[in-house]
Amino acid sequence: MDAVTVSRLQFATTTIYHFFFVPLTLGLSVLVAIMETLYVRTGNDVYKKMTKFWGKLFLINFAMGVVTGIVMEFQFGMNWSEYSRFVGDVFGAPLAIEGLSAFFLEATFLGIWVFGWEKLPKGVHAAVMWAVAIGSSLSALWILTANSFMQEPVGYVLRDGRAEMVDFWALLGNPHVWHQFPHVVLAGITTAGMFMLGISGYHLLKKSGSHEVWRRSLTMAAIAALVGSVSVGLIGHAQGQYMFKTQPMKMAAAEAMWENEEPAGLPLFTISSQAQRKELFAIKLPALGSLLVCNNLTCPLQGINEIQAEYEQTYGPGNYIPPVNLVFWAFRAMVFAGFAMVALALGALFLVLKKWLDRFPWFLRLLMWAIPLPYLANTGGWLLAEVGRQPWIVFSLLRTEQGVSVSITGGMVIFSLVAFALLYGVLMAADVFLLAKYARKGVPAETEAESPTDEPASVLAAAN
Amino acid sequence: MELLQTIWFIVIGILFTGFFLLEGFDYGVGILLPFLSKEDTDRRLIINTIGPFWDGNEVWLVVAGGGMFAAFSNWYATLFSGFYLALLLILLTLIVRGVGFEFRSKHEHPAWRTLWDWMIFVGSLVPALLWGVAFANIVRGVPIDADMQYVGGFWNLLNPYALLAGVAAVSAFALHGATFLGLKTKGELLARAEKAATRLWLPAAVLIFAAMIAGIFATDMFSHRGAVLWVAAVAAGVALLAAGWFIRLRRHGWAFIMSSLTIALTCVTIALGLYPRVMVSSLNEAWSLTIYNASSSQYTLQVISVIALIFVPIVLLYQGWSYWVFRKRIGREDTLEY
Repeated sequence: MDAVTVSRLQFATTTIYHFFFVPLTLGLSVLVAIMETLYVRTGNDVYKKMTKFWGKLFLINFAMGVVTGIVMEFQFGMNWSEYSRFVGDVFGAPLAIEGLSAFFLEATFLGIWVFGWEKLPKGVHAAVMWAVAIGSSLSALWILTANSFMQEPVGYVLRDGRAEMVDFWALLGNPHVWHQFPHVVLAGITTAGMFMLGISGYHLLKKSGSHEVWRRSLTMAAIAALVGSVSVGLIGHAQGQYMFKTQPMKMAAAEAMWENEEPAGLPLFTISSQAQRKELFAIKLPALGSLLVCNNLTCPLQGINEIQAEYEQTYGPGNYIPPVNLVFWAFRAMVFAGFAMVALALGALFLVLKKWLDRFPWFLRLLMWAIPLPYLANTGGWLLAEVGRQPWIVFSLLRTEQGVSVSITGGMVIFSLVAFALLYGVLMAADVFLLAKYARKGVPAETEAESPTDEPASVLAAAN
Repeated sequence: MELLQTIWFIVIGILFTGFFLLEGFDYGVGILLPFLSKEDTDRRLIINTIGPFWDGNEVWLVVAGGGMFAAFSNWYATLFSGFYLALLLILLTLIVRGVGFEFRSKHEHPAWRTLWDWMIFVGSLVPALLWGVAFANIVRGVPIDADMQYVGGFWNLLNPYALLAGVAAVSAFALHGATFLGLKTKGELLARAEKAATRLWLPAAVLIFAAMIAGIFATDMFSHRGAVLWVAAVAAGVALLAAGWFIRLRRHGWAFIMSSLTIALTCVTIALGLYPRVMVSSLNEAWSLTIYNASSSQYTLQVISVIALIFVPIVLLYQGWSYWVFRKRIGREDTLEY
């Protein structure tokens, strides 16, 4: 296999893996900060227990996000050196700013938070968690500013065979950023909400004590998941309409729409043939595609084949069609999972408000089994954004195969891909093992006096 | 216009120096972990001395990488693609180290803990060695062709000079870790840390001086820069000797300052020996990457300069605060988070 294909596979693997952990960090940091603020404001011990319990799971997840994050930064240079030379002048700046303004904040303050329970006043300790949450979101802003340049290049000129930045504010004001950034942050809130719903549901189902902790966690989670998933849906809708204008090929592939349609249908289930450039089987709702894209039932939409012909006119001969089945189903996975999460969050909130939590054990069990949904949606969304952009690495400027490093061989990349895959597999098992262990363990019993020794860590220390 | 290029060369130099200074003692602590501990609580105490800091320290590397990408994208591209397998090893070992810190004490089984302790050890030793190897090669020169592409392969990096520098880096970080533990531990563990520093100093000094002397012959640093470089190199040597002196006197604060200075001045020496080059080509002097041919545009350099001017002081303030919050020595009576 050539270096391009394996490097793509490696980048996809390591990015998707990294993006398992990032959304939970984004969302849970905010929710834990809210819990701790409630604790400081009310003095209610339930909120302290919540902060400690969810904080522990946050840490286990965060560690994985950190260590897999460095890989992302290094890989641009390692596998995509020609891409790095081409875009470095534009793309490097947001990465450097991300490190300076966000990573330092996140990492330093998380260290202070974890080790500072007994060293800082309560209010300061809660503020430290807010700094972590702000750092996480800032990091999302800058990395998505960088990614948006790949989707929709702005604020640059081409000079001496590379893209050079001429307008930093255009880069930051890229409309793509302001669709993608809220989309990702709210997806993070949704992920944290669904994660907390499932685990709180488990404890309410098991009646494992500390009922108040789980009831309040579930309430908070239901609100977060509902607000999050509905907002993600609305922003996603606006983003979709926007991308029909700026990246029509990506959206045509997301709808698996090979030929022009007027009005356009909404496909629910489509199998395409990439080789024959047509759909093989489709179930469509009439005219709803037009409604979603242009807010009316009649507007025409361009199909893949016509856009391909136009791109050949503009960019020269070549194949400009991304892998349609993958993009279509990634999009469907995201949207279907999104609707399911809205329904579940609504149901959970309804039960909380009606005080019916113990009447529907099957629903609590369902919440547990729904934990994978946000992960499915996040992965689907990421695949849509990145695979849908192919064959471009920077839309309209540089093709993916032009970006690969010159000094690496396919063999080297196969070696590194296998190494990452093996290590990541083992780490995932260890991470899930620990998350499950601490999620099951719950919080210290309510009869126990509140003291530093309610920490599992210090119980161990005392035993030694 | 070359002022901004020079400023960014200095900024990246500072970032790498900060990284080696701070992450240096993290590596050292990880390397010493198996040798200073007799049982689990020892190991937990040792890891907890760097618990609040290691992640923030590692960010210095991430920002150094990001800064290279932004200011000198050709340097970033050539170095990272050229040193592919070495960087892969660094990444893999840094991953198991970071996860090791977070995971090892969260489960009680002895095999689980032993496994992660080894990951912490390997994840500290291997990157320490490979950073030494990498920077020695950057100044020694590697095969870079006229198109700024590295054409050397992996084994080319493992020449005797670079390996010596790698081992010297391991010993320097181990010593630095020992002086750090001298500041952060108490009781029996402190006694062991002092003993480790005392024992490590001589072999570390021999290796570091050997690597410096080898540098006179294996690189063009000294002829390239002249007297200033000698000043920096001699100052690093003096700091190293002073570190040994203070270790013997059991003056923990001064010993740590001197091991820090040894590392920082070594970084200064390398930076002076390189400037204005950022990667030396062993094929043709003219093909070396410099702050000019590897540089980003003036506009981009201006933008990131403003950003750095705003954020670097803020970062230094709050990282300094975190070291202040956790300034006390750690003992068995403390709550151990790791």
